[in-house]
Amino acid sequence: MQIVINGTTRAVPDQTSASELLDTLGLGDKRLALEVNCEIVPRSRFDHYMIRPGDRVEIVHAIGGG
Amino acid sequence: MSTVMQSQPATLADPLVIAGISYRSRLLVGTGKYRDLAETQAATEASGAEIVTVAIRRTNIGQNPNEPNLLDVLPPEKYTLLPNTAGCYTAEDAVRTCRLARELLDGHDLVKLEVLGDEKTLFPDIQQTLVAAETLVKDGFRIMVYTNDDPIVAKRFEEMGCVAVMPLAAPIGSGLGIRNPYNIMTIVENAGVPILVDAGVGTASDAALAMELGCDGVLMNTAIAGAKNPVLMASAMKKAIEAGREALLAGRIPRKRFASASSPLEGTFF
Repeated sequence: MQIVINGTTRAVPDQTSASELLDTLGLGDKRLALEVNCEIVPRSRFDHYMIRPGDRVEIVHAIGGG
Repeated sequence: MSTVMQSQPATLADPLVIAGISYRSRLLVGTGKYRDLAETQAATEASGAEIVTVAIRRTNIGQNPNEPNLLDVLPPEKYTLLPNTAGCYTAEDAVRTCRLARELLDGHDLVKLEVLGDEKTLFPDIQQTLVAAETLVKDGFRIMVYTNDDPIVAKRFEEMGCVAVMPLAAPIGSGLGIRNPYNIMTIVENAGVPILVDAGVGTASDAALAMELGCDGVLMNTAIAGAKNPVLMASAMKKAIEAGREALLAGRIPRKRFASASSPLEGTFF
């Protein structure tokens, strides 16, 4: 299925959970926050949260800033 | 919060209290614009700051997964992280950013709210900032709000429940220093929450002046990160904040137009 991750369209397998998606991207152990279609997905729900076709996923972290 | 208005005389040992939490340092620093994370770490350490701002941005996908992370050098166990909403031009984007930050930092809800109105000046859009503040207060956030040097607006943010109000000294990154000291003084005198100058400081004397005007603290980034020697400037800023605070508490002499001799006039032999 096609989804949009941080503004870029990507193909991921059907039936992918948020945890699996982050693992696939090599971000499984990173401190980050996840938003799908403008709604926060809490870390505690990553294992059970299923990504759906067309989802707009934002993965963010903290960087230097004033 | 005006020092002179308090019933108990203020002392040097008084902590900066924001939303019920005490901090020893009255210097807050940003973490942007440094050459690398090692410099960020060294300058932040030299500043003595306990509260440091961070930005929330998209994670790079597919790039080096072992890339060092800001939070590795500024661990949340050691510093109070203050996520900002820099780059937001609407209340909606700012609220979204704060919610992501709270999730990222495991429920930590102290945020720096800024909603910008114009790319050239980076002056705040007060109307949008008010809208965002209202939503965020209801949502349980503790807001330190970036605003202009308007005393009426500053008071409004306090009344809405912001835990600190942070008027600009001059445009962000401009280094122009305190453009309107009388407004900053008025904001301080009217305030019941901490007032911190945020943005516009260029060098140590600007920071000292902010403290002499009665500000509770100063937040800066570019003045340190953009200096030729950021670590040395961080140290200078730490001292300036302390010097300005001491001068305020010591009580400066009144300004007079003409001289007043320091040596006695009696006992001269000429």
